[in-house]
Amino acid sequence: MTSTSTDHRAASDAAGSGGLRLLDVTLTLGDGDTAVTALDHVGLSVAPGEFVAVVGPSGSGKSSLLAVSGGLQRPTSGEVHIAGTELTALSDKERTAARRRHIGFVFQQSNLLASLTVREQLLLPLHIDGRLDAAARTRADELIDAVGLAHRAASRPHQLSGGERQRAGLARALMTSPAVLLVDEPTSALDRVRSAEAVQLIAEQTHQHGTATVMVTHDTAIMDAADRVYEMVDGRLS
Amino acid sequence: MFLALRDLRFARGRFALMGAVVALIAVLGVLLSGLASGLADAGISGLRALPLTHMAFDEKATSEQFSRSTVEQEDWEAWSKAPGVERAEPFGNTLTNAQVTQGAEKGEQVNLAVFGMTPESPLAPRPTSGKGLAEGSGGIVITREIADLGVEVGDVLTADKSEVRLKVVGLVDETISYGHIGVAYADLDTWRHLHYGLPGDLPEAALRQATAVALTLEDGADVTAVEKATATRADSKETTFGASPGYTAESSTMALIKGFLYAISALVVGAFFTVWTVQRKPEIALLKALGAPTGYILRDALTQVVAVLVGATAVGTAIGLALGSAMIGKAPFSLSAPAIATSSGLLIGLGTVGAVVAVRRITAVDPLTALGATR
Repeated sequence: MTSTSTDHRAASDAAGSGGLRLLDVTLTLGDGDTAVTALDHVGLSVAPGEFVAVVGPSGSGKSSLLAVSGGLQRPTSGEVHIAGTELTALSDKERTAARRRHIGFVFQQSNLLASLTVREQLLLPLHIDGRLDAAARTRADELIDAVGLAHRAASRPHQLSGGERQRAGLARALMTSPAVLLVDEPTSALDRVRSAEAVQLIAEQTHQHGTATVMVTHDTAIMDAADRVYEMVDGRLS
Repeated sequence: MFLALRDLRFARGRFALMGAVVALIAVLGVLLSGLASGLADAGISGLRALPLTHMAFDEKATSEQFSRSTVEQEDWEAWSKAPGVERAEPFGNTLTNAQVTQGAEKGEQVNLAVFGMTPESPLAPRPTSGKGLAEGSGGIVITREIADLGVEVGDVLTADKSEVRLKVVGLVDETISYGHIGVAYADLDTWRHLHYGLPGDLPEAALRQATAVALTLEDGADVTAVEKATATRADSKETTFGASPGYTAESSTMALIKGFLYAISALVVGAFFTVWTVQRKPEIALLKALGAPTGYILRDALTQVVAVLVGATAVGTAIGLALGSAMIGKAPFSLSAPAIATSSGLLIGLGTVGAVVAVRRITAVDPLTALGATR
């Protein structure tokens, strides 16, 4: 993706489509006396090609922010828009479909499937969507190359280092050309040098593929690569 | 299938163990079916070979009728005149011991399941060598099991106690047995001498008796009237199998053992896939988070189940067939394709049921657990 088209997508977001938008989202977990407000009237707008970092201590609601943005959890109130679709208005089935077409997840410690090679990890999302064709295989090879795993394409997760796993997870998330990329604690299993590299790679890929990227982390040392940084405390974003 | 087959390859040790259990059960299934068919053959192949649809027994005889029932000449005459009855004729059945008194194996003890019938009846044997039956000749036609003891056409046997002389006139070269004893066919007169244990002239009453009336009925014939008139009860051919000694007990024991075997295999398969599915929970959550519909994951898991079950059952059945072939002749054993197909089919079917119950918990996995999950 060229920078021109990135700018174009950023402009269209201003008009209300593309990227990720959270409007006054509240998420209450549990009920009665044990109710916890995980997200407290959160508003957030991330344009395509933009890399936003959210930092905060554990328990501050960062994971809930990702769960709600990625359609894994329905907010108690408020709206979530992804690539111009209101996620909160969809049925469970439609949300599942939206997850597989428009959202890329990079999980903590990457969450790869034990029996698949790196290349197969990348092909899986397209197989799930019934779109596993020659173009997909080409794209998989390009992404593996882009994250520097060409020599590891046929390796299984147990043969990879933590950093390599994280890069494979990132490449998998990008396979479906998602509008939104959600990254959960990408550096929890990495040392300082590898952490910086991993976040740098996420930033590069965000700009190159024009994804609206949200990364949550408690590691304040890796925020430099982000375009914007928010802080989350007790379910409030600032 | 994308994931299922790769998981099979990746965790081949675990799946091989489970497959081995299923394969061993399949081996046992084939051997048990073979044994059940073999026992059934030894018990009732003589009855099965008779060209008839029903037999009418004395209504007072309720179990093992062949040894308890007696019918009279009036009975089979009444039956043959009844509507819906194509043919009715007397049939005699007696177990007897005899000794070879003339022939190469002189002195050899022989057990005989003697079937008595009129020589012109379709029930009468068609010997592969020697001659057929003739009324009042004292001749019998033997079958392979008796011939295997060295008895030949032309030999003379003498029944124990009654001293009735039996001349072997013909041989049906097939294994035909009744109550685990080789069948010998005799004319009714000879059969009556054996049945009543009397040489020489028979009392008048005995000349008019047989064990049962062999019937060929038209489809759906209503014979209630003639049953009532003759105080007999017509049983279908299959029901008469239960009237032969030991058959019901043998077949129900085999059915019980097989039933337990299938239940065990369904539970083993169910238990394995329960553990496997629980173990896979983080991966299932991940798949759901990546947007895989539950149906996709279930299809994938079931493909795996069926692949393992079919593969293991095929291997086990092949081994069972090889072992079974070696047993033929040494034990009451016979391999019947439908019985083995049923046994293998049930193993796969019930295993799948067990596994379906196990993999159903896939539906309950929450994709949310993929976030922040530490593995």
